[in-house]
Amino acid sequence: MQIERLHVRVGEFALRDLSFSIPAGQYALLMGRTGCGKTTLLEAIAGLKPIESGRILLAGVDVTGRKPAERNIGYVPQDGALFPTMTVRRHLGFALTIRQRPRAQIARRVNELAELLEIGYLLDRTPTGLSGGEQQRVALGRALSFGPQTLCLDEPLSALDDQTRQQIIQLLKRVQRETGVTCLHVTHNQSEAEMLADVRLELVDGRVRHVEKPSGGNGTSAGATGGGASAPQSTSVTGE
Amino acid sequence: MSDTDAPARPLHHVGSDVPFLVALGVIGGVYVLLIVAMLVADAAYMGHTVDNAPTSTWVSPDSWLAPLVHNPIAVALADRNIQYSIWLTLISCSITTILSLWVAVPIGYLLSRQQFFGRNLLDAILDIPIVLPPLVVGLSLLILFQYLPVVVREAVVYEIPAVILAQFMVACAFAVRTMRATFDQIDQRREHVALTLGCTRAQAFGLVVLPETKRGMLTAGTLAWARSLGEFGPLLVFAGATRGKTEVLSTTVFLELSIGNLEAAVAVSLLMVLAGVVVLVVARLWGSRGLTL
Repeated sequence: MQIERLHVRVGEFALRDLSFSIPAGQYALLMGRTGCGKTTLLEAIAGLKPIESGRILLAGVDVTGRKPAERNIGYVPQDGALFPTMTVRRHLGFALTIRQRPRAQIARRVNELAELLEIGYLLDRTPTGLSGGEQQRVALGRALSFGPQTLCLDEPLSALDDQTRQQIIQLLKRVQRETGVTCLHVTHNQSEAEMLADVRLELVDGRVRHVEKPSGGNGTSAGATGGGASAPQSTSVTGE
Repeated sequence: MSDTDAPARPLHHVGSDVPFLVALGVIGGVYVLLIVAMLVADAAYMGHTVDNAPTSTWVSPDSWLAPLVHNPIAVALADRNIQYSIWLTLISCSITTILSLWVAVPIGYLLSRQQFFGRNLLDAILDIPIVLPPLVVGLSLLILFQYLPVVVREAVVYEIPAVILAQFMVACAFAVRTMRATFDQIDQRREHVALTLGCTRAQAFGLVVLPETKRGMLTAGTLAWARSLGEFGPLLVFAGATRGKTEVLSTTVFLELSIGNLEAAVAVSLLMVLAGVVVLVVARLWGSRGLTL
């Protein structure tokens, strides 16, 4: 994923000249204080917020002017935003149904996802009454169902208790490893970054900084993205 | 200085909350009492007329069937004009409800989701049928149709289509308000997710949003139906009050009153009260919470 000189404006609030990149198949965590524009950036990348200028490249393809449906991005909003009228099975098959795939293929994919996310016992239930962790698993499965190249997660762990949070973190790690999907995970929680991030980004004052990962981490770090991010603590990779 | 050594500060004294709560109860109670008393009075009047009803040739006044047969509602229901009025009311209110929902769903969605030039103006225009005096709505429709081709005018004005159009003009405005509130309550992020999953806007609307509006649509529909039932002013001016032609229940009450038949007027009014109560119950039981009538 490559973001080049992105300008996004929502009313009086603006993100200006943001540039950063995430190598394919890596797990990036974008951190920042509440209200700094993390969700706006994520929505802009997913095509849900109009941008003023700049480019968004996914797997080398410029998707800037494309509709959300054409970007091949799986999106997991905060608290899941599940469809209350659909069963979990329909959630997992929804994207493939829209793509008019054969029933047998949809059923196979639903079972694969249910196994991967350990939600087989939920397939015939609606979101009503699901726990926070179960809702996040379903939302994750729905986002992964059509095999996206990129997964955008908006604070997926913020409403979970510690135990469930740990479970979902392990699940996210496993899903990312098994699917090879490039992840951009937005959070304000430092510990999530420590446990999940291959690449750590920080949104401060409308700019994205590439934060050096402490030694002993589990992934590549600043060198993977452009902008010469090699400062000891943090390096600005904004183009401004 | 320890806490025990500190001089005791006088506690802040507040008065009782009882007068405040009593005032709320009294003010609200007077209005509620007025509503209930109004309906009880109608029912009591009916009871009085049953007692003084003339004896039937085929049912003894002492028979247990007497209250059913001599009931002014039963007498009203036996009247062919009132039977026609009931059928026209049911049909016109139902058609109006369907039309109102067809219009209210897209407008409500547009107002709830889209930012566009003139949105506030559109919003204000949609309130006009609600704030205009009913007679003015009817008169304005009448004037409007003077500018339309004679064929259209003759097919509509003072005919059954005029009944439906007059009811629709006001009922739809209420349905639009309800549907807009319904769409406002639905989390837009679900649509966003649907878009990222491969949906067009129309698919996201049809597959994700619309199924969530069932309760809101029921509330909007019952509200539109109830408004149509109670419509009178625009009907009188635009559709007229011709017996056996453009007569609906509200005009029946007016026509019966105008010929001095108070019993029939009250009987038809009670039928309307009954229909209103049914609508209210439906809306409360199955309608959207927070949007109920």
